[in-house]
Amino acid sequence: MSVRVGKTATAPAFPIAAGGALEDSQLRRNVKHATEVIRAKRGRVVEEAADWEQLRQAGHDIKAHTLRHLDQYLQQFEANCERAGGKVHWARDADEANSIILGLLRGYQATEVIKVKTMTSDEIGLNRALEAAKIEPVETDLADMIIQLGADEPSHIVVPALHKNRAEIREIFLDKMGLDHLGTEATDLTDAARHYLREKFLRVEIGLSGANFAIADTGGVCVVESEGNGRMCLTLPDVLITLVGIEKVIPGFQDLEVYLQTLPRSATGERMNPYNSIWTGVHAGDGPQHFHVVLLDNGRTEMLANDLERETLDCIRCGACLNACPVYRETGGHAYGSIYSGPIGAILSPQLQSMEHSRSLPYASSLCGACYEVCPVKINIPELLIHLRGKVVRTDQSTLAGALNPESLAMKFASRAFQSTSVYVAAQRLARLGQAPFVRKGMIGPLPGMFGGWTKFRDLKAIPKHSFRDWWKDHEKARQKSGGAGPVRSATNASDASRRAASSETKEGASHG
Amino acid sequence: MADSTSARAAVLAQIRKRLTESSIPASTDAELAAEYQRIPRSYSRGAAADADHLLHLFTERLVDYDAEVVRATSDGVAQAIAGLLAAASERRAMVPEGFPSEWLPQGVEILRDQDANGEQLGHEALDGIKTVITTVSAGIAQTGTIILEHSAGQGRRALTLVPDRHICVVRTSQVVESVPEGVERIRAQATQPITFISGPSATSDIEMTRIRGVHGPRFLGVVLVEQA
Amino acid sequence: MLERLGHTVEFPPSQTCCGQMHYNTGYQAEALPLLSRFVDGFEHAEAVCVPSASCVAMMREHYVMMAEAMGDASLLARVKALLPRIYEFSELLVNFLKVEDVGAYYPHSVVYHPSCHSLRMLHVGDAPKKLLRKVRGLNLIEMPNATQCCGFGGTFAIKNAEVSAAMLSEKSRDVLNTNAEVCTALDNSCLMQIYGGLHRQRAGVQTLHLAEILAHTEATEDLAAGGPEGEHAKEHEAAQ
Repeated sequence: MSVRVGKTATAPAFPIAAGGALEDSQLRRNVKHATEVIRAKRGRVVEEAADWEQLRQAGHDIKAHTLRHLDQYLQQFEANCERAGGKVHWARDADEANSIILGLLRGYQATEVIKVKTMTSDEIGLNRALEAAKIEPVETDLADMIIQLGADEPSHIVVPALHKNRAEIREIFLDKMGLDHLGTEATDLTDAARHYLREKFLRVEIGLSGANFAIADTGGVCVVESEGNGRMCLTLPDVLITLVGIEKVIPGFQDLEVYLQTLPRSATGERMNPYNSIWTGVHAGDGPQHFHVVLLDNGRTEMLANDLERETLDCIRCGACLNACPVYRETGGHAYGSIYSGPIGAILSPQLQSMEHSRSLPYASSLCGACYEVCPVKINIPELLIHLRGKVVRTDQSTLAGALNPESLAMKFASRAFQSTSVYVAAQRLARLGQAPFVRKGMIGPLPGMFGGWTKFRDLKAIPKHSFRDWWKDHEKARQKSGGAGPVRSATNASDASRRAASSETKEGASHG
Repeated sequence: MADSTSARAAVLAQIRKRLTESSIPASTDAELAAEYQRIPRSYSRGAAADADHLLHLFTERLVDYDAEVVRATSDGVAQAIAGLLAAASERRAMVPEGFPSEWLPQGVEILRDQDANGEQLGHEALDGIKTVITTVSAGIAQTGTIILEHSAGQGRRALTLVPDRHICVVRTSQVVESVPEGVERIRAQATQPITFISGPSATSDIEMTRIRGVHGPRFLGVVLVEQA
Repeated sequence: MLERLGHTVEFPPSQTCCGQMHYNTGYQAEALPLLSRFVDGFEHAEAVCVPSASCVAMMREHYVMMAEAMGDASLLARVKALLPRIYEFSELLVNFLKVEDVGAYYPHSVVYHPSCHSLRMLHVGDAPKKLLRKVRGLNLIEMPNATQCCGFGGTFAIKNAEVSAAMLSEKSRDVLNTNAEVCTALDNSCLMQIYGGLHRQRAGVQTLHLAEILAHTEATEDLAAGGPEGEHAKEHEAAQ
């Protein structure tokens, strides 16, 4: 069994890929602009919802409950979906899912399929598998189409072409759609997409979709979208295949009342996105008459064994954490080397792959907590990042080379130093001596080794000659000499103006060397 | 093709194994239902807003997302629809079975979802139709949403998707304040095909700005009729 | 400053580090031995003042978990008893001591950088600004994009130095655009990052921990004019 997440196995580590992204000033402008727009929009519509925190909590609680009983809810979904005329398939990993879908498509003699945005299909590399089998996947989501036509990779889980601006998109359309001329307004681009895809929507008989929610108590599936390409793919073809990660199941139809409030506000900053489609199995005289659901594990079950890791599966793929993340803001999504980028990608990608790939991603965060703050299902992403860093360190330390790497040794030494005051004070003194060759006017410039990364971009204040510890000793001595007592212990309200008078000790204290 | 039966057993077994490692026991259906019922839902289910406020909010939110809203009295619906059609110089419209005949505008050719052989229209034929007029199942004021369950008067899903212009009639009694109330309204028909529509087709894919009109109807007109 | 307000301050010399650097970098095992050391040194205090929001966040978020991981029931009980008495510096003043005017005088323009851990983990809210607004002579300037991370993030600043520097350059720009003389915060680690960037640019803006500003009075030598400030506020003090 091989869990695969896009092309992560060959992706460079985050710091290296990020270095490249940082040099692309157009990309950085596009990403900053787009994330700022969406953050502002999200802020406004979240403000409108007076019960936002309660909705977040309910969203979290429903997911937590579902995952604790995932086997039961999946079977409920399966039974209800099949009762309504759908067929449910199960896939342990990417290869198995691809082979199920290819088998179905061959059975229907497919040469072409129309696809509505599904990150899960990118996760399993479905398009590559289809192309290898001479079946043409047609991406119909505007952003996915931009990515597909431009032979690019998605850089965001909701707005995959967020790294492209209007002018760049226009160039791709002009080049790939065989157009003689194309206006420069955004509506010119959407009109071009409408015209280009309409013929395919009317003609292609097989649709392929992902799902936002699989509803256990009805066997229904819900897809949330904006453009209407989803409705086209879900409604016009005779055959519909829906690929669903097993964590997308929710217990009840009623639960949509929570997620249909939190998802659009978090994802695109809208009170409601233009279209939500919900269908249950096959409906006579309306829509596809052959409906298949492929339930995908691909590493998800591995996250169920730990309370914190399990939270990762709460994710409803809104992308709010990407838009809020100051790291993503600088680098965009490609630097993560995984189709799941940003904070959620940093916890999801390595876990899906049993920590064998994407191992630099848990470190691609300053732990600022902005992701947790905006998460509509309250996934504690910073805590998970720390937890996964622990897993990376423990596996590294289990090898000799890993145990002897400079970071590990430094951390072990620091831990010992922090366990003994005398070693700590001695180390401080040693560091003060060690820094001497690099100090100029109290500041440290370029340093060799591990700290070179710091001093390449910033200066460092030197450790002062007189530490607080030293000052405190002098301060205590002075106090004893002047009568011993020092200021009286007091519960007096300190805003009392009489306390404004400064003591000479304070002066000494504040103007240390 | 992969053996989906053994994959099914393997995935379910793996889930159970991992949950057991986390000390989460399997529960009976009754225990599961009880635990589900205990999930706290302290969010708002919608206040009993007064009717005027509700309709004002509904209208404001529809307009905010580029829908056109016309108010009508119960005997003025046909005229209001005629007005919307005239504004678009449209003289024909698709109307699904079950749409109230008293709401049909005069002097407009009514098209039906039926070809010469009595079959549903094919995709190409449907693509030649510019306007569709339907009823709805519910409206949500806070989000400016209309809900279709594709029952009588609303037509199969393709009818309100392929034509470029969708005009729908919403009765004031169908308008609720919140999403939970809207979901509640359609819960009895939860296994019908259901579509939530909030404004015309749009995209945010270009520079994160909502741009009206991609693949779905680029015009959404709502006739809000004062009727229970 | 605390003594000026009439409190008895003790500095337990046995103290070293709260363990955050280890813990957050993934060296959780190496952080464990530091826990009992911290508890030994501070549990006798009526209130523990920690002039570093991220250290307080470390304690509140992880100390219980660490004690549980060690399987030490008595340590766990001591940790649980001590935690409610641990205050970040501005929390100690505004929430515990109920004081906003500490009698400070500081005639300079100042921007406040709400460090991520003080903002999103401790939720100190307006407490630091309340304190700054009561400082005589001080001109508190609002900073645009104030809640955005400065890019420090502990070992992140070294492991992802280039991204950290890019984040820092945005923060530096926002600080400089305010034309303030001083940037202050509740975390010396963030200030080390911000000052490091500003000094590299020769920007002439000083960074001071909030405690250093609040310690100032008319009788104090001017810190804004001075050279780099030390690590005084970095270490924890036990107030009794």
